[in-house]
Amino acid sequence: MTSTVQSGFSRRTFVKGSTLGALGLTLGAAGAGSLFGCSSTEGDAPTVDETPESIVWNHCAVNCGCACALQCHVKGDEIVYIESDNLGDGALGSSQARACLKGRAIRRWLQSPDRLNYPMKRKEGTKRGDGEYEQISWDEAIDLLYEKLKYTIDTYGNEAVHFHYSSGVCSGAMMLGYSVKRLFNLIGGCLNYYGTYSSAQLTAGTTYTYGGGNGGSSLGTIQEGQLVVMFGNNPAITRMGGGGLGHDFPYMMETKKPKLIIIDYRMNNSLANQGGEWIPIRPGTDGALCAALAYVFITNGYTDEEFLSKYCVGYDEKTLPEGAAANSSFKAYILGEGPDGTPKTPEWAAAITQIPAKRIEDLGHEMGKADPVFICQGKGPQRHSNGEITTRMIMVLPQLLGQIGKPGTSDGRETGTTSLPLGIMPIGTNPVTTNIPCFMWPAAIRDMKSFTPLNSGLRGAETVDTNIKFIFNYAGNCLTNQHSDINTTHDLLQDESLVEFIVTSEVFMTDSAKYSDLILPDQTTQEQVDVVALSGGEIEEILFAQPVYEPKFERRGIYEVCCDLAEKFGVLDEFTDGGKTREDWCKSIYETFRESYPDAPTWEDGVAMGIWKTGNVPAPIVKLQAFVEDPEANPLPTPSGKIDIYSTTLADFAATWELAEDEVISPIPEFDPGFESYVNVTDEYPLLIAGFHHRSTTHSSYANNEIIQTAVRHQAWINPADAEPRGIKDGDMVAITTARGEIRIEAKVTPLIIPGAVGLAQGMWHNADMNGDRVDHGGCINTLTTERPSPLAKANPQHSNIGQVTKVV
Amino acid sequence: MAQYGFYFDQSRCFGCKTCEQACKDFHNLGTTVTFRNVFEYSGGAWTDNGDGTYSQNAFKYYTSVSCNHCDDPACLPNCPSGAISKSEEDGLVMNDKEICIGCNTCVLTCPYTAPSVDEDAGVAVRCDMCASRRAEGKQPICVEACLARALDFGEIGELRAKYGDSAHVAPLPDKANTAPNLVIKASVRALPTDDTTGSITNPLEIM
Repeated sequence: MTSTVQSGFSRRTFVKGSTLGALGLTLGAAGAGSLFGCSSTEGDAPTVDETPESIVWNHCAVNCGCACALQCHVKGDEIVYIESDNLGDGALGSSQARACLKGRAIRRWLQSPDRLNYPMKRKEGTKRGDGEYEQISWDEAIDLLYEKLKYTIDTYGNEAVHFHYSSGVCSGAMMLGYSVKRLFNLIGGCLNYYGTYSSAQLTAGTTYTYGGGNGGSSLGTIQEGQLVVMFGNNPAITRMGGGGLGHDFPYMMETKKPKLIIIDYRMNNSLANQGGEWIPIRPGTDGALCAALAYVFITNGYTDEEFLSKYCVGYDEKTLPEGAAANSSFKAYILGEGPDGTPKTPEWAAAITQIPAKRIEDLGHEMGKADPVFICQGKGPQRHSNGEITTRMIMVLPQLLGQIGKPGTSDGRETGTTSLPLGIMPIGTNPVTTNIPCFMWPAAIRDMKSFTPLNSGLRGAETVDTNIKFIFNYAGNCLTNQHSDINTTHDLLQDESLVEFIVTSEVFMTDSAKYSDLILPDQTTQEQVDVVALSGGEIEEILFAQPVYEPKFERRGIYEVCCDLAEKFGVLDEFTDGGKTREDWCKSIYETFRESYPDAPTWEDGVAMGIWKTGNVPAPIVKLQAFVEDPEANPLPTPSGKIDIYSTTLADFAATWELAEDEVISPIPEFDPGFESYVNVTDEYPLLIAGFHHRSTTHSSYANNEIIQTAVRHQAWINPADAEPRGIKDGDMVAITTARGEIRIEAKVTPLIIPGAVGLAQGMWHNADMNGDRVDHGGCINTLTTERPSPLAKANPQHSNIGQVTKVV
Repeated sequence: MAQYGFYFDQSRCFGCKTCEQACKDFHNLGTTVTFRNVFEYSGGAWTDNGDGTYSQNAFKYYTSVSCNHCDDPACLPNCPSGAISKSEEDGLVMNDKEICIGCNTCVLTCPYTAPSVDEDAGVAVRCDMCASRRAEGKQPICVEACLARALDFGEIGELRAKYGDSAHVAPLPDKANTAPNLVIKASVRALPTDDTTGSITNPLEIM
């Protein structure tokens, strides 16, 4: 029926002056009802269902950094509803791995009619990306897969085999498709990749500063009332599980009441009800802000000279390593005594960052006088074309202040978290040592033979004899959707003379799956046995996961599929370690864990309990505490054994690597705008288009679960200062374009974003007529992003884009 | 007669909407029906300083609200078919599905946007404070779901004794209008009910 207002009553007159009245009458427009055949009403006239209800524990396994509990209420072979971890005390501060909205909505995702149910091969006469498939049997699928894999290895060698970057299944003993890696390692290996799409630039920054590792101190070390400064970080949302920072952040804010400052181009949800100050910054310019803060520290005597000389290398001329040029220290750069001759004053940074000079100067004094001060970064600043150098700029701030290694401090890395040390299925050793940056696979398809350590970040080999010819894509959407520049990648993957075979194991027909020659219907984590250390914050719990129902259709788990393939290759016994099933692996991994935790229950008792909690509250992480207490006994794994403000390794790279004119690698942290930055905007592309992590998806996982997507809408954030001249009103459909392509999306006109920038939640599913206009109506940011890698990590600069927004008429 | 209500610790909420989704899962609600809404209230202005920098006073905060089973419910007297009544037993304000014609009047009269009309069933629906769970001695599912532990449920007198009486905040109306059974601990960002500096900025997510 169509809802109509049948009385003469006016809602607006009733609510007189109530701001809720401004909401308008959006409610009468309710659409065609529910998805998935579910009634959209509550069970007010219940038909009596005598089917017994059972509770089956499992966990959410997507790549948010958390693993949260799903207590599934099951009748027959379907989940009827989800509870989460409700064991023990539910008060703030207690240990419960509560699932967020995404896990809570997993029933509709699991029950979706769009699930993949049968093995399928690409229809004859169609191209990759067309998405047309025909059902085949599992025997045919395994035969085809074996034949193509064997052919690739025999013809091109194991370096031509690529186990594609993916993160759709990211927790549990059998995560990340390690079954495939284990099998590949038994049949000669496959091409390696390093880094992740999440944090490759940060990893590069920490490697050449601290010797590696992305995690800094945990939130638990924050002291009452102290200053906390976060760069590009949204802890409440990016790791929002209730056993993760979605609990630990509000708990910290309530109990410690810190003075929180978040520097971000958007006012994110960690700056919502619990307060805190937002310092809006132009995307990609955090390094300039840091340089100016360093200037304030140095010129006002806030630097901890003893810390800098005892623990760091290259702050000033005195501690520069041998062979470094004069005036190449960090201090010289900041004061304008280095090659560029520019003092990095607050006024200098103001014009770059769009932050008033006074606020920069005041922040410098505030940080300089604070003791302790907790300084950390999220993964936003690093996902830029200047990401690596920016991460080092942020990390240098606590180094300058000596605010490292004691309670209430962090070392400028991201928020550290803990979890119990539960293992995963061993993958063995890869006989292939050739190792490429994870983002560089399209270039490796085109011409890996041209890769060298100096031009492509190649590791483990000086040269390569082949290009990528075979791709195994397990639970990943990085062939197109989550990789950059979809339109270019589409053309690359369609050319069957380049990559000759692509197989995908998936639960849905993702945009990436459409580029496969063979599709294997996987079971989700919830449909299989597993064991997992619940994680994401400061939590100590083990969850014993059981399949929520018997296998449906012809879906099969990746381990069992790899067993079939192993048998074909004659390595089944080695692959299964003498006959282990998936459950056997989980049990043996758990038993190894139990050797260190004798109080933990037996496997059988654990399964009956669902979750075992140690009852301990993990001690807060105070990063680099041991190093600071005794640097001789606990040196860092850097060339100097100290904190490398000046990195001799980076100096070597800067001297030898083949870089374009606008690509900078520097031995010291500096500000470099990077490519596709604010200095590159044009009349055609005057805006900076950046991404963010929304609460409705984890990357592209769950972006097809409409029940969440209607509750948390996918919108392009744009400031009124940019919207008004373009005639764009809140809720309008807009086109966003870059040199790579065009998307369509709803506008959110809001003061919660800095002028000149557009914010797009990443993860939405690409939806374009690729044989037609290629306009992406799904609003996927990667239709817009560049595949040009960042200079040092050779990684995805997906927040660095110049573009334009126009109203769709 | 008992009267049940919710407590919402607005000072802890960060707008994640887990409460809303847990409810939609348990009650099997479709995409166009929600028993619990999370309002984003935001505002503020930007000033171009003329030197390439900006200043601003932007703010935002969230408020999670379901049916408050008001003591003086706006929906009840305005229902043209007389389908709505207030329970003597637990204070719930519910509509008789046999009488309800799904005309949307309760939706339009409620200052909290609490009821929805289920277009398929042709009737209005709303939060019943998880009657089936309460019968088993459990909390409503939203309470148990909240990541920040910002929700509580109970007899309203006990909630008021435990948490104090509510400080009602924009974008909610003056509580004198309908006497809602809702206790709120206000966020540091909360503005008074008559605030005009902000607005509800997620209108398409409210249903």
